[in-house]
Amino acid sequence: MTATVLSTRNLTKHYGSGDTRFDALKGIDLDILEGESVAIVGKSGSGKSTLMHILALLDAPSSGELVVDGHSAATLKGKALNSLRNRTFGFVFQQFFLNANASVLENVMLPLKIARMGSRERKRVAMATLELLELGDKAGNKALNLSGGQKQRVVIARAIVNSPRIIFADEPTGNLDSATGRIVEDLLFDLNRERGITLVIVTHDEDLAARADRRIYLHDGLLVAAIDEPAATAGRHA
Amino acid sequence: MKAMDILGTAVGNSFRSRLRTTLTVLAIFIGAFTLTITNALGTGINNYITTQISSIGAPDVMTVFKPTAVTAPTDGPAPYEEGGGSELATNQGPPGSTVIAMTDADLATIAAIPGITSADAIIAVRPDFVEWQDNGKFQLSVSEFSAGITLDLAAGSGFDQTGGALQIVLPTTYVPTLGFASNAAAVGQTVSIGVTDAIGTQHLIDATVVGVQNPTLIGSGASTNNALTTAIFDAQRTGLPASTPTEYASATARFDAGASASQITAIKDDLTAAGFTGSTVADQIGTFQTVVDGIILVLNGFAVIALIAAGFGIINTLLMSVQERTREIGLMKAMGMSGGRIFALFSTEAVFIGFLGSAIGAGVAIAVGALVSNVLAEGFLSGLVGLQILTFAPASIATVFALVMGIAFLASTLPASRAARQSPIDSLRYE
Repeated sequence: MTATVLSTRNLTKHYGSGDTRFDALKGIDLDILEGESVAIVGKSGSGKSTLMHILALLDAPSSGELVVDGHSAATLKGKALNSLRNRTFGFVFQQFFLNANASVLENVMLPLKIARMGSRERKRVAMATLELLELGDKAGNKALNLSGGQKQRVVIARAIVNSPRIIFADEPTGNLDSATGRIVEDLLFDLNRERGITLVIVTHDEDLAARADRRIYLHDGLLVAAIDEPAATAGRHA
Repeated sequence: MKAMDILGTAVGNSFRSRLRTTLTVLAIFIGAFTLTITNALGTGINNYITTQISSIGAPDVMTVFKPTAVTAPTDGPAPYEEGGGSELATNQGPPGSTVIAMTDADLATIAAIPGITSADAIIAVRPDFVEWQDNGKFQLSVSEFSAGITLDLAAGSGFDQTGGALQIVLPTTYVPTLGFASNAAAVGQTVSIGVTDAIGTQHLIDATVVGVQNPTLIGSGASTNNALTTAIFDAQRTGLPASTPTEYASATARFDAGASASQITAIKDDLTAAGFTGSTVADQIGTFQTVVDGIILVLNGFAVIALIAAGFGIINTLLMSVQERTREIGLMKAMGMSGGRIFALFSTEAVFIGFLGSAIGAGVAIAVGALVSNVLAEGFLSGLVGLQILTFAPASIATVFALVMGIAFLASTLPASRAARQSPIDSLRYE
């Protein structure tokens, strides 16, 4: 049986209080298995980004339980939390978040630097990762000078350089044209298939969501349907 | 992130916005430059004074006088003590200071204090003039500090205290005035000293010049050996009734040259208990140092104010930098970088900016200072031989670095803790 890497029970999140209280998540029960690819689909304001932030330990839930890789999130503090973030997660963002003036290699090495890997070793690992994504010849370039597709591949290299268990991708193709977006999607799903990295994609793009093993639909902070096969509901939330 | 990586990243980050960093460094530069110069000024002057003290020597001599009872300006005079001396004007302390005159009995009391080997009155001699080979008569002042002092001689061999020969050491400034061709030419010549006695008769005393002395901080008077001093003093007293008691303003007490600072303090305490005040040459010159230190402290205060202003510049620079790098900070936190290390990253950047400012400030100060100091030493300070007005001591430069970097660190705490506390989701949100 495959292990559960992310599991939530009755997860809620609200902002503000009294009249200004806003419930972003209203009780989410969710299990994500090791090696699975899951798409969290929803409109703007549905709570999908909040859910991803909580799953990635970037935010704390207001109530409910979250278990990450066997650790209860509520008990994770300080060093253990930082170390878990560093070892377990990789992030791919719509807006890349690359350090524009640093070289591609520097950008990719950042998670390894944070993990306190030695300078020669991290250079080697980062170069190997860049080669894998066919970006070896761009290692010395400034991130600034890359095309959108190249930037997103650098971001993917940065996300996988520390061999994470889970990659969170927040609208990974949102800023790319469809051809480039297709290449990035292929890359992500290849990593999922070939390396068994669990993939959690947050998107409102049905076509991208359709490629995931499983889709989770969020509407106003609630799971409205969790289906294993592409279904008739597709398109409703585009 | 390892400490070295933090340092490397911080240094790299500080060069990311070159203009901003340059301006901040410039502000620190001004403070560090000023501080280095003012410190160098203090070191230079104090070094000179210390050199003066050591060249003067006299480590085993103390000047002793009897202070008047201290009364507040609003009080009336202190009651008269039966058998006490009268007040005398003194050349110690501020103008108008007086001391109680000392008698031979007082000298005996001083000599009896443990640790003091002998006590001699400082005889005030008041010669009228000095003349050499009819080149004109010039006023002559005799330094009262002569007892036990090592003379800094520009020419000649100095006194032979054992013999009865009358000897004088003239300051370099007297040499051309009196008509000598050079310092060396003056040595061995005989000068005439005129003294007026109690009944108005002028006596002429011939003395041999045995040396020419460099001017020092403590006056540019001539020095006489014991034999000459006595001869002048006797000439002065010619015509006075033999019973006239001699009164002295101050006395010289000798003690063991090897006495430690605490032993000297003990002697001074004993003197105070007996109603006297004792001060060594070092004490007297030390007051100069206190004044110099006070002035330097005020100047340093101004420099520190400039540095504090620069500190606000650092706060501003870093706040902007934290603002600009919000996303980057959020990303690093999401990747598991701790708040503490983010704090370290930004405070290291500030400390590096501080280091740059103080390195450039101290470097330029040393270059400019060395130049100015040499020009002054040959120019308008040439009268004070051996004075290097700006002296750069490694310890004081290290202090400047430490102070500037400390201020930079303090300035960084606000922006750096703001960065450290930043929530990753707020930084990464873009919806």
